[in-house]
Amino acid sequence: MASVKLDLAPLRQAAAWHWAEYAFWLMPVLAYFAFGENLSLLSQIAIAALFCLSLDLILGYAGIVSLGHAAFFGLGAYAAGLLAKYGWGDPLLGLAGAAAFAAAAGFVTSFLVLRGSDLTRLMVTLGVAMMLFEAANKLTDFTGGVDGLQGVEVKPVLGMFGFDLYGKTAYWYSLAVLFVMFWLARRLVHSPFGLSLRGIRQNVGRMPAIGAPVNGRLVVIYTIGAAYAGVAGGLLTQTTQFVSLDVLSFSRSAELLLILVLGGTGRLYGALIGSMVFMAAHHFLSDINPQYWQFWLGAALVVIVLFARDGIMGLLGKLPVPGRKPS
Amino acid sequence: MTVVFDGIASGLLLFLISVGLSVTLGLMNFVNLAHGAFAMLGGYICVVLLNRFGVPFLAALPVVALVSALVGVVLERTLYRRLYGASHLDQVLFSIGLVFMSISTANYFFGAQQQPLQLPPMLSGQFNLPGLDIGVYRLFLIVLGLAIAFALQWMIAGTRFGAQLRASVDNPRAARGLGIDVDRVFVLTFALGSALAGLGGALGVEMLGLDPEFPVKYIVYFLIVVAVGGSGNIKGSLIASLIIGICDVAGKYYVPQIGAFVIYAVMVAMLIFRPQGLFGRTAAK
Repeated sequence: MASVKLDLAPLRQAAAWHWAEYAFWLMPVLAYFAFGENLSLLSQIAIAALFCLSLDLILGYAGIVSLGHAAFFGLGAYAAGLLAKYGWGDPLLGLAGAAAFAAAAGFVTSFLVLRGSDLTRLMVTLGVAMMLFEAANKLTDFTGGVDGLQGVEVKPVLGMFGFDLYGKTAYWYSLAVLFVMFWLARRLVHSPFGLSLRGIRQNVGRMPAIGAPVNGRLVVIYTIGAAYAGVAGGLLTQTTQFVSLDVLSFSRSAELLLILVLGGTGRLYGALIGSMVFMAAHHFLSDINPQYWQFWLGAALVVIVLFARDGIMGLLGKLPVPGRKPS
Repeated sequence: MTVVFDGIASGLLLFLISVGLSVTLGLMNFVNLAHGAFAMLGGYICVVLLNRFGVPFLAALPVVALVSALVGVVLERTLYRRLYGASHLDQVLFSIGLVFMSISTANYFFGAQQQPLQLPPMLSGQFNLPGLDIGVYRLFLIVLGLAIAFALQWMIAGTRFGAQLRASVDNPRAARGLGIDVDRVFVLTFALGSALAGLGGALGVEMLGLDPEFPVKYIVYFLIVVAVGGSGNIKGSLIASLIIGICDVAGKYYVPQIGAFVIYAVMVAMLIFRPQGLFGRTAAK
C-alpha cells in the first residue's frame, strides 16, 4: 500500500489564529468600557451571535436550509427556564441541560430533515418549529403560554458571580460562553469532519465516493447545531430571567437567516459581525421609528440578495488587507 | 355535516389563494414566500373599493384581480426575474424581505387593526337543511373555487398557452429554440398567480380577516397546500386544500385545545411519507 502524501499546509494555515481575530475579540472587552450603559444590548448581541453561529454551522458549512431554527432556541430557552424554576438554578448546569434537550430534539428531527430537497427541508423545519410554537402556546400550565414563563431564579455563576441589576455578570457570562462555543466551532470546522461538511455542501453526489457517510455527517452536524441554538436560548433565559413565547416564533427564524446572510454564510465571523450590525441597527432604528423598522429590514434583505450575496464578510474579503487570505 | 361543509368551503378558499403559489412554485420553481402579500394586497384593494368608493362586492372582484395582476407584472419585471436561476435559499430570503416591506406598508396606510367588510345581502345569511346549515357565502366560495379549479386545469392541460408554459418550465432553452417567448410566458403566468392570490385574498377577508400580519399568519397554510398537494399540480392542490380545510375546521371544532397543531402534524407527516407531495411529479431539481 502506497501511502498518499498530502500537502496539509494550507489547511493548517487556515486553522491558525489570524492577528485580525485577536483584534476582533478585543472589541467586546473594549465595548464593555465604551458602552457600559448599554450592557443589556451587548449581552443580546452575544446571544444572537451564538444563535447565528449555530445556523452557520448547519447552513453555511453543511448546506442544510432551515426556516425553523428557532425551534431549538426555544427548546433551550424553555429547558433552562424550567430547570431554574424547579430548583436546578445553577447557570452552567442549566446551559448543559438546555444543550442536551435541544440536541436530543435536533437528533430526532434530523432524520426528517435528511429527506427530500431544499424545499422539503424548508417546509419540514418550518412545520416542526410551528408545532413547537403551538405546543408551547397551549401547554399553559407548563410554559405559561402567551404570558411567558415566570419565576425563573438563576443562581450565581460558579457560585460566585450573582446576576446584578446592571447586567455586568450577564454580559461577561454571555461573552464567555460565546467565546468558548465559538472556539469549539472553529476547531470543528477546521477539522477533517468540518472539511467533509463543506464537501457535502459543494457536491453531495461525490462525497460518498471518497468514503464520507453523508447522512451520518448531516445528522451529527444538525444535532450539534441544535445544541448550539439550545445554549443560546438558555443564555437568553438566564440573563433575562424570563421566557416569552416569541422565542419559538417564525419571525425569529426568519430574522436569524437575515442576520446570517447579512454577515455572510460559511464564515464563522460572518455570524458574529452580522449579529453586531443587525442588533445595533435594530436598537437605533427602532428607537427612531419602531413601527416601520421592519420595512427597512425587508428592503435590506432584498438588496442583499440582489447585490451583495456574500454579506459583510464577502465585502471585507474583497478589501486589500495585507496578510489576509480570501477564505 | 356542517363541519364538513365549512371545511370544504375554507378548503376551497385556501385553494383559491394557494393555487397561484402552486403555479409560481411548482411550475416556475420559484419559492415565493411573499405570496401572502399579494393576497393581502387583494384584500385591501377590495376593502378600499367597497368602503370608500361604494363599489358593489361582485364588481370589485375583477378589479381586484386585475390590479393584483398588474402589481405582479411590475414586480416580476423589476425584481423576481433576476432570481429565477438563484438558489431556493436566495428566493426565500428575497421574498421574506418583500413580506416585511408589505407588512410595514400595510401598517402605514391602514393601521394594525382588522379591516371590516360588509358582504352584500345577496351573499350573506344562510339556509338550513335537516342536519346541515349552509352559509350562502360559503356556497358561493365552493362554486367559484370549483369553477376556477376546472378552468385552470383545462388551461394548463388543454390550451396552447398551457403547453407553452409546461415546455418553458421543463426546458427553457429548448422552448426558446422552438420559438416560444419564455419571458412572456413567465410574466403572464406570474400575473395569473398574483391575480388569483389577490382574488383569494379579497374573498378571504370575510373568513380569514385582514390585518397587516396576514402574509405571515397564513403563509404556512399556503405552503402546506403546495407541499402536500405536490407543486404545480392543480388537482393535487385542490385535494390538499380540501383535506387541510376539513382537518383544520374539524380540529378547531372538536379539539380546540390543540388548535393549529393538527395542521402542522398533518403537513410534517405528509412530507415524511410523500416528500414529493400527494400527486407530485418528480422534482426537476
